[in-house]
Amino acid sequence: MELLEREIVVIGAGPAGLCAAIEARRTGAEVMLVDENSRPGGQLFKQIHKFFGSSEHHAGTRGYDIASELCRQADSMGTEMWLDTVAYGIFPEGVGLVKNGENYIVKAKKIIVAAGGSEDPAAFKGSTLPGVITAGAAQTLANVDRVLPGKKIVVLGSGNVGLIAAYQLMQGGAEIMAVVEKKDHIGGYGVHAAKLRRAGVPILTESVVTEAVGKDSVEAVTISAADAEGRPVPGSERTIEADTLCIAVGMSPLTELLWQAGAKFSYVQELGGFVPLHDEHMMTTLDGLYAAGDVTGIEEAPIAMEEGNIAGISAACACGHIGPDAAAWLCAAAQQRIRSLESGSFGDNRWAARHRLLDSMPRKE
Amino acid sequence: MSDLSIKDHPVLGPAPVRRRVTVYYEGRPVEAAEGETVASALTRAGIKVFRTTEKTGEPRGLYCGMGRCSDCMMVVDGEPNVRTCVTPVRDGMRVEIQHGLA
Repeated sequence: MELLEREIVVIGAGPAGLCAAIEARRTGAEVMLVDENSRPGGQLFKQIHKFFGSSEHHAGTRGYDIASELCRQADSMGTEMWLDTVAYGIFPEGVGLVKNGENYIVKAKKIIVAAGGSEDPAAFKGSTLPGVITAGAAQTLANVDRVLPGKKIVVLGSGNVGLIAAYQLMQGGAEIMAVVEKKDHIGGYGVHAAKLRRAGVPILTESVVTEAVGKDSVEAVTISAADAEGRPVPGSERTIEADTLCIAVGMSPLTELLWQAGAKFSYVQELGGFVPLHDEHMMTTLDGLYAAGDVTGIEEAPIAMEEGNIAGISAACACGHIGPDAAAWLCAAAQQRIRSLESGSFGDNRWAARHRLLDSMPRKE
Repeated sequence: MSDLSIKDHPVLGPAPVRRRVTVYYEGRPVEAAEGETVASALTRAGIKVFRTTEKTGEPRGLYCGMGRCSDCMMVVDGEPNVRTCVTPVRDGMRVEIQHGLA
């Protein structure tokens, strides 16, 4: 075991972690950026669609281009990057890391957890059959590896992830047999749904998957009409020929490290489940422990990036690298950009949910 | 053998030319592109069964694609429990279905 000391350790090199590291480095802080994968960028590299918003939110830029740019910036600032490195715990002695079988404890003044999120599973008969994959796995295959998971694909879930994945698999040459949605309306943006509809893809609302059928892998998908509670209506089953079923039923924050560290949580449905309480500096209930990105609630990458900016600036300020006035001004600007990203009916709910979360943060006397 | 490669893409353009390597799935040669994961190479070749479960022998395959769910674990070069979705291919690699905990 080796003991190391750093000013700021950032865990997770996705959009939030990269931005946190870049902003902290910009002030001259000593930053160690850790990621379990062999390259930084997180899940941005599989995002080949253009982001919405204005130019300051990278609107019109494709996800992988944003990732490349952030990696370039982090690199040019001399950020110390630890890849293929698992952060397994946060202890009073420091952050526990394993790299190439070696154990390290890194004592840090400030720790920023930007661990991201993971996709929720769906339960139905045959849900463990090969050929049932997450929409994210399908995107990685098609957009990064240039491989189709299958030729005839059913997508479960009509949120933005499901709609975008369906469209991207179609761009890769797959046939999208159907998008299946439990609710009586499409979950994602109309613009994404319209692209599928124009291509003739059926989006079946008030429908559920009742079985993935096949011997060693998916050969067909059985769907049923759903009642108001989302339960299958007996006798309404029909079978769709398919070799792949993509699951896109939501995401949850990857909060294990924050739970283990002892941060306090609140359950916020709109943000994907249990999320850490934090203040306007993205600091959790534990002094010096910050959180940013999907780990604080599932959002799109531009918001994760702004949260990363705020956490990075705040941690650097707490280390004395930037004055409180300048930090407050920079954080307020980032908050403004988040607000403009979260306008509209989709964002307003999340903005309100996030403010309820902020309000429940215990305040010091 | 089936080939699920995306040769041309309306956004990404033609697939980049990468050095070919060969991995062996259950002793059978599978062509792969340098830099891709084992799971990607097997999927490209239409292979879906990566392991079987300990008690009932049910098949499992690639699921989360980001190293978290453990459904894609295989025996790679004799080592069990290798997460093939985050393990890059290497020329001559031996990849076997993992039965139970192997």
